[in-house]
Amino acid sequence: MSNPRTPQVKRRVRVYWNEPTMGRWESVYLLEVVRGLLITGGVFLRNMWKWCTGRKGAVTAYYPEEMRPDYAKGNRGKHVLVQRPDGSPQCVACNMCATVCPAKVIEIEAAHDPADPAHPKSPARFEIDYSRCIFCGLCVEACPEDAIRMVKDVPDFPGPDRHAMWIGKEELLTWQPARDAAKPYPARPRATAGGPT
Amino acid sequence: MMQDFVVHVVYLFYAISVLMGMGTILTWVERKQGAVISDRIGANRAYIRLPFTQIKLVWIGLFHGVADGLKLLLKEDFKPATYDAFAYAIAPWVVFAPVLLVFAVVPFGGALHPGELFSGLPAVAAWFGDRTYQLQIAQLDAGLLIVFAFGGLTVIGAMLAGWSSSNKFSMLGALRAGSQMISYELVMGLTVLGLILIFGTVDLTAIVNQQSGIVLGVLPAWGVVLQPLAAVLFLTAAMAENRRTPFDLPEAESELIAGYYTEYSAMKMGIFMFAEFIEIAVIAALFSTLFLGGYNLPYMHDRGFTLPGGHEIVLAHGTVLVLQLVTFLAKMLLMSSFQILVRWTLPRFRYDQLLRFAWKFLFPICLANLVVTAVAVWALGGFQ
Repeated sequence: MSNPRTPQVKRRVRVYWNEPTMGRWESVYLLEVVRGLLITGGVFLRNMWKWCTGRKGAVTAYYPEEMRPDYAKGNRGKHVLVQRPDGSPQCVACNMCATVCPAKVIEIEAAHDPADPAHPKSPARFEIDYSRCIFCGLCVEACPEDAIRMVKDVPDFPGPDRHAMWIGKEELLTWQPARDAAKPYPARPRATAGGPT
Repeated sequence: MMQDFVVHVVYLFYAISVLMGMGTILTWVERKQGAVISDRIGANRAYIRLPFTQIKLVWIGLFHGVADGLKLLLKEDFKPATYDAFAYAIAPWVVFAPVLLVFAVVPFGGALHPGELFSGLPAVAAWFGDRTYQLQIAQLDAGLLIVFAFGGLTVIGAMLAGWSSSNKFSMLGALRAGSQMISYELVMGLTVLGLILIFGTVDLTAIVNQQSGIVLGVLPAWGVVLQPLAAVLFLTAAMAENRRTPFDLPEAESELIAGYYTEYSAMKMGIFMFAEFIEIAVIAALFSTLFLGGYNLPYMHDRGFTLPGGHEIVLAHGTVLVLQLVTFLAKMLLMSSFQILVRWTLPRFRYDQLLRFAWKFLFPICLANLVVTAVAVWALGGFQ
């Protein structure tokens, strides 16, 4: 027999802090259905009105034709090769970037020039496969000569052919380093003597 | 009679092209409407390139339906190692054919007088004489009963497909389809009983003609005005019959892969899908016929309009005919679009919720609606 002075609490205890509660009107399913239909119907009419008045009624970007302008500020999406004042690449074809690259996208073929004793090695071929690049920036970290950098740009390669997504030395050398205020060229002299030229 | 034959061949051609056309268009409408509802653009990449030119016709994604059909036709026609290959092969058609057959008794226009329509061509007019045809393929007095008879056949196709696929997912899907469709069939029949009480007939043409009248002085005597609750319940039950979201338990992808057509591929699966889209159009046609005045605009009848004040507008026969055909197609499209809106709004039920919704919620409301209607009809001594 239960003690009449300690009434049994019949209220259900909540299990989760955000357990949904349903009011009387919400438990009559049909009314909530009507509300939902009004919401979706309203969105439909609003977007259709936009389309019909010559505006875009969607948040989608038509990707290859249309690039979103709101990339992150810190986005570095394209590699460049730094040039010496005479226009030759600062790269000495040491292959450290190709070695450290986790996606194995960099291919370098070295050339030898005995007439230039300061920089006998230079890249004859420097190619990056953007279909596999993950933009981690490790090549920039690894480079002992500060010869490869990444700039605020995005590779513009949408297309049906993955073999068209390589870029070579000519394109990588189009960047003019003198214009980059953040990293002046020539590089500031280092404390240790005999630094990179 | 040769004249009857010619007229009915034209009707058949019209009805089949309307249904097939609606089925094709609705796949596009479903994509695009769903996209617009969810702030997207929707399928818009398939195109047809004009031969020898670089002109690519995109036409807001209309060709995606063609691409889909072509893909389904060219896919491998996989057949499972089943013990009942015959049932497996005919199941899609058992689903598909009744959906088309239902439309045979739906009137898509008023009375046609070829003699009057072709009065400019005396030879044709004379050949037809003063014959009159309803714009309806099969003029059956038991129209509404035929609708339910054929509507109930699709469940057999679903059960056949599930049973003969020798796949547990198919079996579960078929069981779900069976119990769901039988439950909602009952609700659908009960909602329509109220209308039969009011109109006193099951002949669909007569039902449409009675809806040309006026009730309460101004309102058109449409079914939705006379039986608003039944209209909502009928649409709900009909959508459940069609097994689309939120009632797509038989083919719940996350649980049953594709339900009773898991083992179907290529065009056999395409027939199931096509039947679903055609059924949207057929449900829209039925709803328009029963509740939205069929092929008539408000206050309209076969001779023109009778406005609430008693004012008559008489129109030429050809004008009325074109107006009725266009009105019916417009109503079908609107109601199809509404069903697609529902599909993109509501999430799927849980299975026990689905059956509880049918038996503990819709069924009592239907009965109450029926009782109230019966008492009202008895008290008023019949409608009109």
